[in-house]
Amino acid sequence: MAHTVLEAKHISKSFHDPVTIQVLNNINFSIDSGEFVSVTGKSGCGKSTLLYILSTMDTDYEGDLLIDQVNMRGKAEDELARVRNEKIGFVFQFHYLLNEFTVLKNVMLPGLKLQKYPEQEVEYRAMERLKILGIQEQALKKANQLSGGEKQRVAIARALINDPLIIMGDEPTGNLDKKNSENVFEIFKELAETYRQTLLIVTHDQNFAERTHRIIEMEDGRIIR
Amino acid sequence: MNYKLIVSIAKSLLLARWRQTLVAAIGVTFSIGMFITLLGFMNGLNDLLDGLILNRTAHVRLFQEVKPNPNQPVNASVDYSGAYNFIQSIKSSGGRLDIYNSAAIMRAIRADQRVLGFAPRITTPVLYNSGVVDINGAINGIDVVAENELFFFNDYVTTGAAIDLKNVANSIVLGKGVADKLLAEMGDMIQVTTSKGELLSLKVVGYFQSGIQEFDKVQSYTSIATAQKLMGKSNSYVTDIQIKLKDIDQAPAVAKEYAALFQTDAEDIQTANSQFETGSFVRTLISYVVGITLLIVAGFGIYNILNMMIYEKMDSIAILKATGFSGKDVKLIFLGIALSIGLFGGFLGLILGLSLSLLIDQIPFNTAALPTIKTYPVNYDLVYYIIGIVFSIVTTFFAGYFPARKASKIDPVLIIRGK
Repeated sequence: MAHTVLEAKHISKSFHDPVTIQVLNNINFSIDSGEFVSVTGKSGCGKSTLLYILSTMDTDYEGDLLIDQVNMRGKAEDELARVRNEKIGFVFQFHYLLNEFTVLKNVMLPGLKLQKYPEQEVEYRAMERLKILGIQEQALKKANQLSGGEKQRVAIARALINDPLIIMGDEPTGNLDKKNSENVFEIFKELAETYRQTLLIVTHDQNFAERTHRIIEMEDGRIIR
Repeated sequence: MNYKLIVSIAKSLLLARWRQTLVAAIGVTFSIGMFITLLGFMNGLNDLLDGLILNRTAHVRLFQEVKPNPNQPVNASVDYSGAYNFIQSIKSSGGRLDIYNSAAIMRAIRADQRVLGFAPRITTPVLYNSGVVDINGAINGIDVVAENELFFFNDYVTTGAAIDLKNVANSIVLGKGVADKLLAEMGDMIQVTTSKGELLSLKVVGYFQSGIQEFDKVQSYTSIATAQKLMGKSNSYVTDIQIKLKDIDQAPAVAKEYAALFQTDAEDIQTANSQFETGSFVRTLISYVVGITLLIVAGFGIYNILNMMIYEKMDSIAILKATGFSGKDVKLIFLGIALSIGLFGGFLGLILGLSLSLLIDQIPFNTAALPTIKTYPVNYDLVYYIIGIVFSIVTTFFAGYFPARKASKIDPVLIIRGK
């Protein structure tokens, strides 16, 4: 049963410094659950800007953003944080793990924050996700002792910990070599096809984009495909 | 709010770079330790200087001044009651130096709740006879027990024991200067002549060193009974009553009240030693200024260290925010970090301050002026320690609060995309 997970209505954004440049112009689209969507376009076309608006981290835009049919406009900062915690999983270009913590704790943190499950349960779930991604034996290492590919897999495990509505990725393979990129793609694909996980990935890698279920192509702040 | 999680994150961030944490804590420790040490030492010295005066000065002194009677007979005349009476060349009358009705006055003082204690005294000028030479001086007849209790007389008796004044009949404790002039050894008999011409032999049972040489060249002490005998007076003869109050600030009021009540002269310590008041005030002021300066400098140091720590952790803040931690959580995490550094560093600072104080307390300090002082004085007032720990917590709170507030408002997008 597919339902709309995320909907963008007339989203526009301009930078005003030093001169006003419109980076996003009347963006409209929606994503249903279970979709594996990629956003592509040339550098500077506004795809990352769009992603950060969709992720609720950037609140300076016009138009409406609906996540799980709830409008995000006018929500307080801590309410948005809760939405990110509960409904969105994030994978960045640079893995962005906390080097102060172990791999396991990194994965657990958003879960502990959510407080939906007790700590032991969160730990169990974190191990489960690390197992799916094949890095469970690294669980007790510090985050900075891993290789780039492993870090990205940990970041994906972290994105999955709270069973998010949607996983967003900002060039998740941009910093990886061919083999690791392929690995990450396979993981995403498996998540989408086996676990029916909704994914929204920003990438400029055409090869990556073409293999997703749906491509949103952007140019000069507009959706052209 | 999940405080347990926030505490555990703060702890991990602190311990992950424990060297940096330690340096920050040591910064706090050093500041607070120095604050406590310096203030303790300065106030120790202040107390010492204050004690020089306060220990041997009565808060209120009752005595009988030789002065012209303000009520001259012509004032009592009914005929001239409405007139201005000009009288010239008045002389002081009577010359009576003892306090009227001293026994009743002492009873009244003893009953007064404001009074800590009092010591009666007889002060009289004498001549010390040394061969053909007579040396001017003064003898104080004292109640040894009361003087010890209130004015620490025993502390200034460098040789012999003060209590012998009471136990040995016709005994005297000579000022060190007097003893040197008379070449008087312990146990020697010396002769004194009073202004009335009475002659008495007294046995030397001790030397007295006050720290003020001029004083020691003139003064000697004997028991009150011996002094009465020396002067040929009855046992109610007392020229001075030295009163110590529970609260020194009440002295002017009490002096005024007693002067009216007992019809004697009364002098309070603030009037008698106004230069002491000023000196004491200036010294206190200096120590406060130094203390505040130290705290301000320490405060900026602490602020800098914490500021740096937090700016180094901007990446972590961005990740925490992206994965669902709110600005408030981030603020609490960094406040937690700041306060633990403040608490830990401040506590070590107290220990450091106490150890340095104890160390200073062991350094020899010998001065002729202060026979009882052997090492540098240190004040261990709990107030400095309380100020120290409270300050370290308050400063680290603010030093952490402003960067933490900034961190809480950071747009994670800027940091994530800025890479």
